Amino acid sequence: MAKVLMKGNEAIAEAAIACGCRLYFGYPITPQTEVAEYMAKRMPKVGGLCLQAESEIAAINMVLGAAAAGARVMTSSSSPGIALKSEGISYIAGSDLPCLILNVQRGGPGLGGIQPAQSDYNLAVKSAGHGDAHMVVYAPSSIQEIVDLTAVAFDVGDKYRVPVMMLADGALGQMMEPVDLESLGERKPPEKPWATTGHGGLRKKNIINSLYIEPEELEEKVRARFERYAQIAEHEARWEEYKLGDAEICLVAYGITARICKTAVEMARRRGIKAGLFRPITLWPYPSRQLDEACRRAGVKRVLVAELNMGQMVDDVRLAINCRLPVAFHGRTGGVLPSPEELLGEIARLDAEIKEEKD
Amino acid sequence: MSAKTGTNRVTFDIERCKSCGLCVEACPRKLIELDTGSMNSKGLHPARIVDQSRCIACALCAIMCPDTAITVEKNV
Amino acid sequence: MAELVFGRPKSLSDVTLSYCPGCTHGIVHRLVAEAIDELGIEGKTIGIAPVGCSVFAYNFFECDMIQAPHGRAPAVATGVKRALPDRVVFTYQGDGDLAAIGTAETVHAAARGENITIIFINNAIYGMTGGQMAPTSLPGQVTTTSPYGRNPKIQGNPIRVCEMLATLDGVAYAERVAVDCPKNVLRAKKAILKAFKTQIEGKGLAIVEVLSSCPTQWGKSPAEALEWIRTAMMPYYPLGVYVDRTGGDAE
Repeated sequence: MAKVLMKGNEAIAEAAIACGCRLYFGYPITPQTEVAEYMAKRMPKVGGLCLQAESEIAAINMVLGAAAAGARVMTSSSSPGIALKSEGISYIAGSDLPCLILNVQRGGPGLGGIQPAQSDYNLAVKSAGHGDAHMVVYAPSSIQEIVDLTAVAFDVGDKYRVPVMMLADGALGQMMEPVDLESLGERKPPEKPWATTGHGGLRKKNIINSLYIEPEELEEKVRARFERYAQIAEHEARWEEYKLGDAEICLVAYGITARICKTAVEMARRRGIKAGLFRPITLWPYPSRQLDEACRRAGVKRVLVAELNMGQMVDDVRLAINCRLPVAFHGRTGGVLPSPEELLGEIARLDAEIKEEKD
Repeated sequence: MSAKTGTNRVTFDIERCKSCGLCVEACPRKLIELDTGSMNSKGLHPARIVDQSRCIACALCAIMCPDTAITVEKNV
Repeated sequence: MAELVFGRPKSLSDVTLSYCPGCTHGIVHRLVAEAIDELGIEGKTIGIAPVGCSVFAYNFFECDMIQAPHGRAPAVATGVKRALPDRVVFTYQGDGDLAAIGTAETVHAAARGENITIIFINNAIYGMTGGQMAPTSLPGQVTTTSPYGRNPKIQGNPIRVCEMLATLDGVAYAERVAVDCPKNVLRAKKAILKAFKTQIEGKGLAIVEVLSSCPTQWGKSPAEALEWIRTAMMPYYPLGVYVDRTGGDAE
C-alpha cells in the first residue's frame, strides 16, 4: 500500500481517473484550479479529455451531454462558480443523470474571498438549482477520504441516477496529505441502457429530458425521483462518531471543521470534560436518525455545531434531535478557521451550564 | 401524363393537416383547396386536391407542407 | 405502377408536430429527417432540442434525443460529441436560444471547431413565450417587448449570426438559407445535408441558419409570412454561403 503525498485538488482528480472518469469539463477559479490543471496533464495520458469551457454554465452543460451519452464525467469549481452551475445541476437532476461535481468552497457572498469556507451548505444541501431535487452531498475531512468518497460518489450517482456533489473547501483542496490510491483498484462504470448513445437500430430511441408539460405527469416524475431519494436516505447516509460513548457534549461538524473539533474534543477530554464529535459525512441525505440515536445513547446534554459559516447546518441538527437538546453554534466565516482553543472555550462554557444544572 | 395509365396521386393526411394553405399557394396548377365542407378532429378544414387527373406530381405542395401531411405518387 | 415521389422520411416521428399552422419549423424538421435518412445515420445520431418552440423536438425525431437547458445546446452537444466522437450530433435551436441566452455557448463551440451540426431557426421573434423581441428582430419590427418597433438606439441592433461565426476558424461551413418557397426549401435541404456531411468527415462546426416564418406571432397568414421572409428578412439577412472550409469534399 504505497502512499503518495498529494494536494486534495490533485487527489480527487487522480481518484476520478481511477474510477473510470475520462471526461472532465471545467473553468478556472481559485481555490480549485489545480483540479483542471491536473486533469489537463493526466487525461491525455489515459485516453481521456480535459476541456476548459468558456464558462461554468457551459462546463456543467458539457457534463450534462457527456452524462447523457453514458460517460462517467465530472466538473469542479468553487462557490461562485457552483452558483453559476446551479441551472445545469437542476437540469441534470431533472433528467436523472449521474455526474460528480466538486465544490472547493471559498468565502462568500459575492466574490467573497479565496480562503476556505463552508458557506455553500445550503446551496449544496437545500437547493442546488430550481425545482424539487437533491444532490447526494459528501463532505470529506481528509485527502484520503476525498479519494475514498470519490469512488463511492461515482457508484452512488450511477446506481440512483443522481448528481453527486463532493463538498470540500479551500483547505482540503490546497493541503497535502499522504494518500493511498491503489486501494481504489480499477473501477468501471456500469452499463447504462438509458443513455443517448445512438440506438443503432437495435432499440427504441432514448430521450434525456426534464420537461413534462402535463402537471400530473411532472408530479409523477418528481414523486418517483423522491422515492429514489428515500432509498438513498435509507441506504447511503454516512457518518462518523468520535468519543461519543459517554459524551455529555456532542460537537457536530463536517469537513475541515470536524478535524479542528476532534482536537478540541481531545483537549476537553484531557480536562475531564465528556465531549465527543458526530461528523456527518453525507450532508444530503443528512444522518439525522443516526445523530439522534447517538445523542440518546450517550445521554448528551448539549450540542455544539461548528461550521465555517453563520450557522447553515444548525437547523438540520435541531431537526435531527427534534429540538430535544439545546443547540449552540460556533462559526467562523469569511475564510477564517476556528482554533481548537476557541472551540474548547465553547465546550467549557457548555460544560459549566451542565454542571450548574446538576447542582 | 396519360389518362390511360391512370393519374398521379396526391394524398393528404387529413388528421395531420393544419389547414395552413401553403400547399394551395405552392401548386403551380392551382389544383388544391381547403375543404370547407369537412373538418378534421382539430376542427380545421383539411386541404384536398380538386382535380387529381391534372396533377403533374411535381410535389411542390408536399415540399412546402410544414406537417409532412402530403404524399405524392407518380404514375409510371 | 405508382412511384413514390414524396413521402415521410423515416427518421421523422409519426406524430403531429406541435407547431402552429403554417409555421415552417415543420419544413426544417422534415429536411433534417430527410438528411438523416439519406445519410443512413439515424442509429448513430443524437439530436439536441433547445428551449423555445422547438423544445419538443425530442419527440419529433426517431434518433436518440436530449433536451437541453435554454441556450446550452452547443455545450450539451460538445459533451455528447466528446464522449462519443464517432456519433453524429446535431442541435436544433431558435434565435433566442442560439443568439441571445446561448450566445457564449454558440460562439465558443464554433471557435473550438466543435465537430457538430447546428440547425439554427431564425424567425426574428420569440414564438413560444408569445412574440417578444428576439436578438434577430429587425429594426422597426413590432413585438410585444418592442411595441413601438425595435429602435436600435434603445434595443440595439440585430445579430447576423452566419456573418459573425464565419470569422471564426473553427467554423467549417456556415450558410444562410430560407424556406419561403420550394426552390429555397430544396436549397436548404442541400445545405443541411452538407452540414451533416461536414461533421461526418470531421471538418468542424457546420451551421445552417434558416430564415423561417412565425405566422402567429408576426400576425400574418402563412402565405403572407413567407412573403415577409422575402421582403423584410432577406434584405437584412442575405442568403448564401458565408464560409466553406470543407474543401469541397462535403458537397
